[in-house]
Amino acid sequence: MNTLETRPEVAIVRTGSANIASVSAALTRLGAVPRITDEPDLVREAAIAVLPGVGAFGAAMARLRARGLDEAIRDRVRDERPLLAICLGMQLLCDSSDESPGVAGLGIVPAHVGRFACDERVPQMGWNRIDPSDDCALLEPAWMYFAHSFRVERVGCGAGIATSSYGGSFVSALERGTLLACQFHPELSGTSGLALMRRWMARATAKAVAPC
Amino acid sequence: MLTRRIIPCLDVRDGRVVKGVRFQGLRDAGDPAELAARYEAEGADEITLLDVSATPEGRATAADTVAQVRRVLGIPLSVGGGVREVADAARLLDAGADKIGLNTAAVLRPELLSECAERFGSQCVVVAIDAARVSGGLFAWEVRIRSGAEATPIDAIAWARRAEAMGAGEVLLTSWDRDGTRCGYDLELTRAVSSAVRIPVIASGGAARSEHLLAAIDAGADAVLAASIFHDGEFTVAGVKRFLSKRGVEVRT
Repeated sequence: MNTLETRPEVAIVRTGSANIASVSAALTRLGAVPRITDEPDLVREAAIAVLPGVGAFGAAMARLRARGLDEAIRDRVRDERPLLAICLGMQLLCDSSDESPGVAGLGIVPAHVGRFACDERVPQMGWNRIDPSDDCALLEPAWMYFAHSFRVERVGCGAGIATSSYGGSFVSALERGTLLACQFHPELSGTSGLALMRRWMARATAKAVAPC
Repeated sequence: MLTRRIIPCLDVRDGRVVKGVRFQGLRDAGDPAELAARYEAEGADEITLLDVSATPEGRATAADTVAQVRRVLGIPLSVGGGVREVADAARLLDAGADKIGLNTAAVLRPELLSECAERFGSQCVVVAIDAARVSGGLFAWEVRIRSGAEATPIDAIAWARRAEAMGAGEVLLTSWDRDGTRCGYDLELTRAVSSAVRIPVIASGGAARSEHLLAAIDAGADAVLAASIFHDGEFTVAGVKRFLSKRGVEVRT
């Protein structure tokens, strides 16, 4: 049995101030070996990677660019290597954000990140339902935990998406092959979040051990 | 739709969960990681861990406790108690906290809120307010600091607003008068703060029955925190949620 299949190593991209401990703990519970890194080569080439992130869009992009991690992540997604992007990580994949006007995102997902335009409390803090479109393979209807002030209202590409409602509909997750981006925190969403990560890991490891 | 959250609270001293009225007459209530895991299994939406250690030696164990809880916990963990500076917050986040509660240190130096918000994001920063009723003054509730032992001339409602402006992403609102009394939350206080700020508000202090949690939610609380009613096994989180759900409150099931 290949070690990758039994205890796959997962690179967690160090974006600066993200609290990585919860992601690490969840991956460990799934039987993976988390490895926190800001080495561009590792971020580009690792069999499986997670892009977490909390804090501000502009500051996080500046840190990624300073380390050359922006290019590494773009290359990784272009080469269809598995990536799970969480919360701000999902927002960083987009073109731009109201949070940091004028700052270019990674441009991997053709979308703009907007402020919640509603009377609801911000941040949205707590558990909300996700409702996946029919073409989703990984995302299933579930309660997930959210903690965010900005969100993607719509995406322009042909990815499977899940939507949630908070003063109107927004994109709570999207998937395209082994790219999974979640506005919610699967690592903090109890058994439903862990189940989603397990499905993604299964698909990611299957891909990682497939011959090139 | 976003659901209302039920948050069991673990008061931790020297690595053990304790309970007592206003931190007097403490009794041992178990192992933090064990209790946290049990509450998650029962359907808790989040866990709050408050370090109530009285000594620096006790405080030093807080990060270890957080790490032990994190290992077994798959839902959000909010940690407060004794956070004086950004480095303290960073240490607890590294250990596995998802949110940091700031109380006395933020009252003494409100910039701590913005420093933490800039570094970790507002969703990470909880302003914990201990509010006590005052009579005959210019305002109805004053802010208490140092675990409630010290009064301040600060209006709790104004402080909640200021903390929001400084970058806090959530209010943990504890009624000093009701805490540990089992008479129910201070609903007027909950209502006043909930309508004064746009960030989520967690009601705390005084819960003894499911009806109390329902009343706080009706008064505007986005989440309700309780400690002893869950530790005693008197109520389970699942039971409380069934009660709330039957009365039309959206909860995660």
